Amino acid sequence: MDFGIVELSRLQFAMTALYHFLFVPLTLGLSIIVAIMETVFVMTNRPIWRQMTKFWATLFGINFVLGVATGLTMEFQFGMNWSYYSQYVGDIFGAPLAIEGLMAFFMEATFVGLMFFGWEKLSPVKHLVVTWLVAIGSNFSALWILIANGWMQNPVGAKFNPLTMRMELHSFYDVIFNPVAQAKFVHTVSAGYVTAAVFVLGVSAWYMLKGRHIELARRSIAVAASFGLAATLSVIVLGDESGYETGHNQKMKLAAIEAMWHTEEAPATFTLFGIPDQQARETKYAIRVPWLMGLIGTRSLTEKIPGIDELVKNSEARIRSGIVAYDDLMKIRAAKGDESPAVKADFEAHSTDLGYAFLLKRYVDDPRQATDAEIAKAANDTVPPVFPLFWSFRLMVGLGFAFLAVMIYFFIATNWRGMTYPRWALRLAVWVIPAPWIAAELGWFTAEFGRQPWTVDGILPTALSVSHLSVGDLLITLAGFVTFYSVLFVIEMGLMVKYIRKGPYLDVDITEQWQERHDRMLSGQDLPVTMPAE
Amino acid sequence: MILHDLISLDILRVIWWVLLGVLLIGFALTDGFDMGVGALLPFVGKTDVERRVSINTIGPVWEGNQVWFILGGGAIFAAWPPLYAVSFSGFYLAMFAVLAALILRPVAFKYRSKRDDARWRNRWDWALFVGGAVPALIFGVAVGNVLQGVPFEFNNDLMALYPGNVFSKFIGLLNPFALLAGVVSLSMLLMHGAAWLTLKTEGPVQMRARAIGSVAGTVAFATYILAGIWLAFGIAGYHLATAVPANGPSNPLFSQVVHGGSWFAAYAARPWIAIAPILGLVGIALATLGLRSGREISTLLFSKLGIFGVISSVGLTMFPFILPSSLQPDASLTVWDSSSSQQTLFVMLVAALIFMPIILAYTAWVYKVLWGKVTVEDIERDNQTVY
Repeated sequence: MDFGIVELSRLQFAMTALYHFLFVPLTLGLSIIVAIMETVFVMTNRPIWRQMTKFWATLFGINFVLGVATGLTMEFQFGMNWSYYSQYVGDIFGAPLAIEGLMAFFMEATFVGLMFFGWEKLSPVKHLVVTWLVAIGSNFSALWILIANGWMQNPVGAKFNPLTMRMELHSFYDVIFNPVAQAKFVHTVSAGYVTAAVFVLGVSAWYMLKGRHIELARRSIAVAASFGLAATLSVIVLGDESGYETGHNQKMKLAAIEAMWHTEEAPATFTLFGIPDQQARETKYAIRVPWLMGLIGTRSLTEKIPGIDELVKNSEARIRSGIVAYDDLMKIRAAKGDESPAVKADFEAHSTDLGYAFLLKRYVDDPRQATDAEIAKAANDTVPPVFPLFWSFRLMVGLGFAFLAVMIYFFIATNWRGMTYPRWALRLAVWVIPAPWIAAELGWFTAEFGRQPWTVDGILPTALSVSHLSVGDLLITLAGFVTFYSVLFVIEMGLMVKYIRKGPYLDVDITEQWQERHDRMLSGQDLPVTMPAE
Repeated sequence: MILHDLISLDILRVIWWVLLGVLLIGFALTDGFDMGVGALLPFVGKTDVERRVSINTIGPVWEGNQVWFILGGGAIFAAWPPLYAVSFSGFYLAMFAVLAALILRPVAFKYRSKRDDARWRNRWDWALFVGGAVPALIFGVAVGNVLQGVPFEFNNDLMALYPGNVFSKFIGLLNPFALLAGVVSLSMLLMHGAAWLTLKTEGPVQMRARAIGSVAGTVAFATYILAGIWLAFGIAGYHLATAVPANGPSNPLFSQVVHGGSWFAAYAARPWIAIAPILGLVGIALATLGLRSGREISTLLFSKLGIFGVISSVGLTMFPFILPSSLQPDASLTVWDSSSSQQTLFVMLVAALIFMPIILAYTAWVYKVLWGKVTVEDIERDNQTVY
């Protein structure tokens, strides 16, 4: 195993995944906001709402296309860079990805064309249905992707098959209704809604500050503040649910995020601030809140949360059990399925720890030859780097509460202060635009980096999952992605800024005239017409 | 009751082999004309508005069409994990090139008309050309390599290995037979794109598309025959040395494979499969004639028939092989030893049976809404909103 390849593959995956997720949250949220605006238009028939729909849909389109394009990379990458992962867990992991295509992405992609080009060809109600189908498709996409990701965090419903040397599906029901996946799904789409709400709020606030498109901006702020408040509450509540599930299924991740080096008496304290030191296994300058951690992690006052020390000991025991499983596996393989029942039973008893034996492959080719020192090292490897996890998590949570404050403020100002906003609040709304992206990326970092050293928790180590490529192969594609993605990012941002500066079609009167002619056209009295150019 | 035992593993494997073909053909029939139009773009349109006419014939549909490809990738992952694991990493740099081209394409569609600047637009036109022509060529080259066997092996843990250095491996893919297969696929998709433009445009764009398309159709016809003769007499096929249990575990190393003899032995064993190449040739010939005489709907249908025949002929000739290994023939992936488990195949089949009809229904509805030619007047009128 070449470590350069593992590190380069990880770097490439992290980069392309984080880049992909620059576009996904806005797609998730803005698709719904646009659909809400169009619903208001269809119900009230007021042209301003149509103008808003079209304006935000234009920005949605610029963003959507890069989400789709960079999503292609994600789907290819498992096969390209993570070949053994694909072979080893494809029987389970591939299914949600394929169903995502069948159920969600096909719908989203087929209707998005009509959403942009169908204004002239469809009645308002049909067009509204199309817009909603795009929004629903996007959100269902997220569901299946998070079922796949949730399985990597909490691999339920699967069993190792020694004859095919891979994990095989045991219960599809368990995979779909994996509690981790469900909590992550709602948390992730809510984060997307927050992102879009903050974006719409910020852009509209900028128009208010400039004194442009006031009618559009005020209504957009009203939509963004209500939608955003609900979404922020949901993201925080479901984030807590996610934390609770993590406490159940990924104890090591939870301990690392919280820098819980040692098991504490229940209920455990929560470390608000501190500098975790991995070597010394202690947190310097810690500020602790009594009881809080126990409440979040176990929702009880009596259940203990295991600390890192204790979990490393568990890992060591599981590695030793895994070595037994590995030994049985070699016997079963040599017998090509004609092994003795005793070996088979012994393997079944230890097979859930097989993945832990694979951790030793980093140090020895045959885990059965591992020394005690190597086993101790491998057990220690099950602790992810604590410092970055501790801080990325805290920054994410802090930002989440900041969004809540912003949304509450604008919600109150919209509903009870006559939709007037002081300039400082509008400026704040503009400045806060990039923050939800930062929070979302920190969240993914916490989830995925916190799962290390595994790609599938407890089942398959990251170091084993890669393709047997050469460093040259990886450097070429890495350089290609960096160049290509940077250029696309500059172009995307350029167009986004250009279209925000340009604003919507200027005059509501013109939109009204257009509306009349469009109605006549639909009733067959007039030739097709189009939205007037600015 | 265990539901997935309703259909036995061997039957599920054959069903998923057929569905793999359906997805690849679905991709070639729909996204195929998008790629063809992209590759034809700089040649059928001389002015900006002519190019916009071509682009807008596929503007509202390319996104949905491309999902056939994404779904194909997902289905290979779910139903044939070893194939996904080996082919995507074994064709590493070629896959990267396809990926880059396919990322470029959506961006080019969306961003081209967002600035009113001739240089900006011209650059995106060439991006669309690359985004259409490069994958069309590479898919053919890949098929040409699969027919010859791909240099991979498995170790005992079923890790796929591909010895050799980066560039020699990549250059190795570009061998004469594979390049010929690339020409077949590129010319076929150019023909298909031209057939689409014939249906959806009028005037000079349509005239140029017909002229280029009939040349491409002729080339596709001739190179397909040439490649067939070469394959029959010049390329060694792969055959199972011993009978393999069709219900056995998915471990490619359990079977013995010999590399030798001709793939065309399949036609002696199962003469009925000759229908596939015949349909391919008939479809291409009639589409080419249709392009010359200017028939519209029938030309597109014949073009689809031709593509259907050509792709099916490859699959049927190789059956039960999916991805032979030239380095370690025993490691070759076949229908009987490289599928997912019975339960996964069953679950995926249920999902496909539920959603494929729905997909076909709404796709048909979208095409119906968009029915009709795209004209220069349309573009000028909807200047702000179209691509």
